[in-house]
Amino acid sequence: MNPSSVLDSTSLILLLAFSVSVLGLFVFIWSMSNGFFNTKESGSHIIFEKNEIGLVEDPAADQHNKELQQASGDTDASLSAAELKDRQIADNSSAKPAFICLLASMFWLIIGSAAAIISSIKLHNPDWLVDSAWLTFGRLRTIHLNSVVYGWASMAGIGVSLWLVPRLLKTPLVGAKFVYWGAIIWHLALMCGVTAIGLGYTDGMEWLEMPWEIDVFIVIGGALMGLPLFLTLANRKVDHLYVSVWYIGAALIWFPILFFVANIPSLHFGVQGAAMNWWYGHNALGLWFTPIGLGAAYYFIPKVLGRPIYSYNLSLLGFWCLAFFYSQVGGHHLIGGPLPTWMVTLSIVQSVMMVIPVLAVAVNHHMTVGGNFKAVLHSPTLRFIVLGSMLYVAASVQGSMEALRSVNVITHFTHYTVAHAHLGMYGFFTMVMFGSIYFIMPRIVGWEWPHAWMISAHFWLATIGFAVYFIGLSIGGWLQGEYMLDAAKPFIDSVIVTLPYLKLRSVGGGLMVLGHIIFVVHFILISLRYGHKKDPSLLIPKVNIPFIKDAKIASEELKVE
Amino acid sequence: MHTHIDEKKLVVGALVIIAISILALVIMPYVQLKPIKAPDALKPYTDLQAKGRQVYMSLGCVYCHSQQPRDPKFASADEKRGWGRASTAADYAYDDVHLLGTMRTGPDLLNIGARQPSQDWHLGHLYQPRAYMPGSIMPAYPFLFIERKGEAKLGDVVVNLPPAYKKPGITIVATTDAVNLVEYLKSLDRTYPIKKSIAESLATDKPADAAK
Repeated sequence: MNPSSVLDSTSLILLLAFSVSVLGLFVFIWSMSNGFFNTKESGSHIIFEKNEIGLVEDPAADQHNKELQQASGDTDASLSAAELKDRQIADNSSAKPAFICLLASMFWLIIGSAAAIISSIKLHNPDWLVDSAWLTFGRLRTIHLNSVVYGWASMAGIGVSLWLVPRLLKTPLVGAKFVYWGAIIWHLALMCGVTAIGLGYTDGMEWLEMPWEIDVFIVIGGALMGLPLFLTLANRKVDHLYVSVWYIGAALIWFPILFFVANIPSLHFGVQGAAMNWWYGHNALGLWFTPIGLGAAYYFIPKVLGRPIYSYNLSLLGFWCLAFFYSQVGGHHLIGGPLPTWMVTLSIVQSVMMVIPVLAVAVNHHMTVGGNFKAVLHSPTLRFIVLGSMLYVAASVQGSMEALRSVNVITHFTHYTVAHAHLGMYGFFTMVMFGSIYFIMPRIVGWEWPHAWMISAHFWLATIGFAVYFIGLSIGGWLQGEYMLDAAKPFIDSVIVTLPYLKLRSVGGGLMVLGHIIFVVHFILISLRYGHKKDPSLLIPKVNIPFIKDAKIASEELKVE
Repeated sequence: MHTHIDEKKLVVGALVIIAISILALVIMPYVQLKPIKAPDALKPYTDLQAKGRQVYMSLGCVYCHSQQPRDPKFASADEKRGWGRASTAADYAYDDVHLLGTMRTGPDLLNIGARQPSQDWHLGHLYQPRAYMPGSIMPAYPFLFIERKGEAKLGDVVVNLPPAYKKPGITIVATTDAVNLVEYLKSLDRTYPIKKSIAESLATDKPADAAK
C-alpha cells in the first residue's frame, strides 16, 4: 500500500461507514413509515383495553391504588370481566418463568453487592484481606462485574421481558419450558464462570473474563430464554407490536450474537482485540441492557399512569436511532490509544449522534409523566422507573460529552469513567428493574408486598447511596484526571487526591448494599406469601362495582400452583 | 392471521444493524491490523515472560494499569512521566490477548521494564508496595511469597525488603508465579524507536487531529 492510497482509504472508510449508517437509518424509517407514521398514534393505545385509559395500575401501591388514582384524576374507565380475565391468563402464563429468572437475579444481586463493597473498601485499605488470591482486588472487582452484569442485570432483564411479552402481545407465553432450561444452564454456567475468575482462570478482557468454554453455555442459555418471545410472537393476538416489543425483541436477538462473536477463541488478536473488546463492552450496555430498560420503562410509565405515551412515533424513531448510533460507539473507550484513527473518530461521531434518540426518550417520558408528578409519590413502581429514566438521559448526555476528545483526555483512565458506568448500569438500568419488579411480583405470586416501609427504605437507601457514590467518585475522578495530566505533580498525587472520594464511594456503596439487602428480604417475604392473606381484589385494578365479583373469581383462578 | 411483517422488520432490522456494527468495529479493524508486523526490536515473549503475563491477567493487574502511553500532542504528561512514546499497533504484535487497560489507578506499565529493571525492586514492591511507594493503594500480594523461618535454601529467590520492613528470623521467598510475573514486567520495554512509516502512523489514532 502506498501512502496516498492509505490516506484516501482511511478517510473514505470513515465517510462510507458514517454515510451507510445514516442512510440505513433513513431507509428503515422510510420502510416503516406505513407501519407507524400512519397509525394515528393508536399504537400507543395497544397496551390498554378499550375503556382502560385513565385507569391507574400499580400492584405495589397502597390502598387499592386509591391515592394513585386520585393523583391521576378520577375516571370512569374500567376493564370488563372478560378483559380482566384475559390479562390474568396472560400474567399467569409468564408467572413461573419470570419468577425463576427474578429469583436468580436476587442471588446475584447479593453476591455482586458483597463483592462490590469489599472491592471498594480495598481501594482505600490496600492491606485488608490480602492473604488469599481470590480476594485480591483484581479478582474481586471482576467477580463483582460479572455477577451484576450477567447475574443480576441480565437475569432481571430477561425475567421482566418475559413477563411483559404476554401482556404486550395479549397472548399467553409459549414455550415456558425453554426458559426453565435456559435459566438453569445460564445460572450454572455463571456460577462456574465466577468461580473460575476467583481461581484466576480468565480470558483476560474486560466484560469477557469468563473462560470461553463456559461462555458456550451462556450463549445456549440465553438463546433458550429468548426463544419464547419469538414463539409467542408467532401466535400473537395483537395487531400491532408496541414499541417495547421492538426494544425487547431486538435486545434478545442482539445479545447472543454479541456474546458469541466476542468470545470466539483464538480469533481476536492484539490491538484488534481491544477494538472488539469495546465494541462488545459498549454494546452490552447499548444493545442489551438499554433496550430492555427502555422497553420496560415504555410499558410501565404509561401503564401505571393509565395514560398512553406522549408521542408514539417519537418512541419508534428513538428505537431505530438508538440501534444505529449506539451500536458503533465502542471505539470511544480507546481515544488516544493505538487504534486506527477512523475507527475512534467514527465512534466519537456516533456517540454525539446518540443525543437524538436520548432526547426522543427524554421528551417522551417527561411529557407522559409531566403534570402528574404527584403520581410518583403514590406509586413505588413509578418512583423507581421515573428516576431511572431521568438518569438514563443524564448518563447518555454525559456519555456523549465524555466521548469528546477534549473531555476524554481528562476523564479517560480515571474513576470518573467508573462513576459514569454506574450511572448507566445502576442509576438507569437497575432502578428501572427495581421498579418493574415491584410491579410484577404481586402479579406473579398473587400477594401484596408485605411492608410499604421496606419499599421506601430500599428506595431512599439506593437513591441517597447512589447520589453519594456518583457525586463523590465523579469529583474524585475528575481531580485524578487533572492531576495525571499535570506532569509537574508526581503520579502518586493523582492517587492520594482520590482517597477521600474513594472513602465516600464506600459510604454510598454501603447504603446501596443495605438497600439491596432490604429488597431481597422483601422479595423472599412476598414469595413466601408472608403476612395476612389479603383480598385478591386488591391486586387487580380498580374496576367498576358490577365487575368486582367476576374479577374476584378470575383472580382466584390466577393463583399460581 | 397476521402476516407477521413487523416481525420480519424487527429481525431483519436488528440483524442489519448488528452486521454494520460488526463490520465497522470488528471486521474492518481486523483487516487493517492483521498485516501489521512486529518491529525488529520487539522480541516475542520467552516462556517465563509468557507465564508471567498469565499471572498478570489472572490477578487482574489490567484493572488498575494501562499499557498505552498517549501521544504527547494529546496528553503530554504521559511521555513527561517517562512512560514512553505513544504506542502503535505494531508494539502489541505478540499480545494475543490485549492488556491495553482503561484505568490508571496506578501508572501506565507499557515501559515499566525500562523504567525499573530491578528484580529486587519488583519482588519487594509486590510483597509490600508501601515499602517502596508511601501512599500507594496497590494491594499487597503476600500470597505470591513464602515466609520461611531461618535461612534461605539453595535455589530460593529471596526478597530483599527495605530494612524497616524486614522481620527478624524470617526470610521472604518468591514463588514461581512472583518470579514469572516480574520476568514479564521487566520485559515490558517498547522504548525502541518506531519506524514511523506513513502507512503505520496513519494506521494509528492521531490525536493531533483531535486538538483541532
